[in-house]
Amino acid sequence: MLQFLQNLDRRWIFLLMLFAVAIPLIMGTTFPEKPSDQVMSVFHAVDDLPDGSNIFIALDYDPASEGELQPMASAFTRHCALKKHNIYFMTLWPQGVPMIQRSVDILENEFPDTYKGKYGTKYVNLGFRTGNEGVIKLVVEDLKKTYSTDINSTSLDNLPLTKNLKNIQQVDLLVNVSAGYPGSKEWVLYGSAPFDIPTVVGCTGVQAPIMLPYIPKQLIGMIAAIKGAAEYEQAIINAYPQLENNPAAKEGLKRMGPQLVAHVLLIGLIVLGNVIYFWERKLGLYR
Amino acid sequence: MKQSTLIWTILMVAGGGFLLFQTIDKKSGRVYVRDVPVEAKSSVEGAEQAVEWTKEQVVPEAEKDQPGVRLGLSRTIGLWVAAFCTLAIFSFLYGDNPVYKFTESVFVGVSAGYAMVVAFWSEIIPNLFGKLFPVEAKDIFFLDIKDNEMNANLWYLIPLTMSVLLLLRLSPKGSWLARWPLAFFIGATAGIRLISYLEADFVGQLQNTIMPFVVFGADGSWQIVESLKNTIIIVGVVSCMVYFFFSIEHEGFVKYVSRLGVWFLMVTFGASFAYTVMGRIALLSGRLDFLFHNWLGIGL
Repeated sequence: MLQFLQNLDRRWIFLLMLFAVAIPLIMGTTFPEKPSDQVMSVFHAVDDLPDGSNIFIALDYDPASEGELQPMASAFTRHCALKKHNIYFMTLWPQGVPMIQRSVDILENEFPDTYKGKYGTKYVNLGFRTGNEGVIKLVVEDLKKTYSTDINSTSLDNLPLTKNLKNIQQVDLLVNVSAGYPGSKEWVLYGSAPFDIPTVVGCTGVQAPIMLPYIPKQLIGMIAAIKGAAEYEQAIINAYPQLENNPAAKEGLKRMGPQLVAHVLLIGLIVLGNVIYFWERKLGLYR
Repeated sequence: MKQSTLIWTILMVAGGGFLLFQTIDKKSGRVYVRDVPVEAKSSVEGAEQAVEWTKEQVVPEAEKDQPGVRLGLSRTIGLWVAAFCTLAIFSFLYGDNPVYKFTESVFVGVSAGYAMVVAFWSEIIPNLFGKLFPVEAKDIFFLDIKDNEMNANLWYLIPLTMSVLLLLRLSPKGSWLARWPLAFFIGATAGIRLISYLEADFVGQLQNTIMPFVVFGADGSWQIVESLKNTIIIVGVVSCMVYFFFSIEHEGFVKYVSRLGVWFLMVTFGASFAYTVMGRIALLSGRLDFLFHNWLGIGL
């Protein structure tokens, strides 16, 4: 038995993990989520603003992180749309442009009364600019120095939403969803911290421990990984029950089922690994 | 035939058969679209220009029998290519193979190419060409340039020159010239970062750590949980700093404090690892969700 476990091909572990994730996904298994205090602080940051406030959403991620970050980007977009906020989109990642388009599609298809055909008056897509933290520094001081035009090459002076916007210190909330550099940390360092811009972020699990020290003084709150996204979706559904029947608004919740089963499997494997280790020690293999 | 080859052949044939069944019987792996009209009006006040065109809108499979809905061939092909690429990348888990290498190269090439094209059209054209040659840029690329900016801004020759100098790095004789723009970029980046790190990471974090051990509420009651939180943060920060303080020997009391710091670090690394695991599983479920729902139509 010990020899079998010692020589177990890792591909069996991969196969087990595949089943652990695939079966709950196919069965559509979801579990109830209770939004944590941290997620609720993000929720209130968006929800407590008066309807029609100005929200700046920076989506700094690419398709590689889509599985983790798209649910929270969509949740932010839906929440802002429910509040009829004015939205400014931008990205510091070239591959972030199609990610913004997904949010724009949500606005146009799910909230046509507020946003369909209202480009320039209810939402603006500023698109991508190269320059990483340099761009952040410019948009918080003088937006039009770096963004003279939007993604369609329309001058910002010709769009009602951006005509009088000097910089993003004037917006009511800065929202960032990011997968790495440049992302949440850079927005805190060059945006929210020096200029006290109210900021909330959604980030990958890998980034979460790096961002934690900034809460609550430099960041209002953070949505960390898919668990945070699921809790945020639940918080929005609790407040706006009309989303209950929209399966697209439960992407994060749907992905927490596989998470639970996969985590149980992982914990089981860690315990098994320890059993094997102590078994080997007992047999004197480490002397 | 080797046993593993036999098992994989059976799995492949079974998988192929399942795919064929799904495609014929359930008509999965197809994307349905409808044409929707788009009208864009000029955002300039007083202008009467309006442009109209149609764009394809993806519709759910449940609506495929509705009038105006048709099979989107290009999107269907794209769906199958995406599914093939996903499976090809997953195949690395079994072992390194040519299909994985090919797909990996395609991903890297497409990402780099896409980034280059986006940067060119959103950066070089409006922010460089548009500033240096505004009249031509307006005529050729339909840039929305204001009348008071129709004169060339010659300051933009500086970034153009520096960019050209950067490219000289590829030239054996002129590569030394690339050091000048590089020196500028490194200096500017260091300068920008230094101030922000000092302000947000150093001073800001110091301020965040100055907190009371004992917290009282507005009514004067002792807030036990808040006090405990603050104490853990202060003790954790101090003990971790002691661990990294090598100017004194870690003996006696210092040894115990630094060991406590190691425990705090271990908990931090454990939390990081757990978050990382969660992230990887989320990515896996994202891809499987695509394969099962978007491609195979299972569980819809």
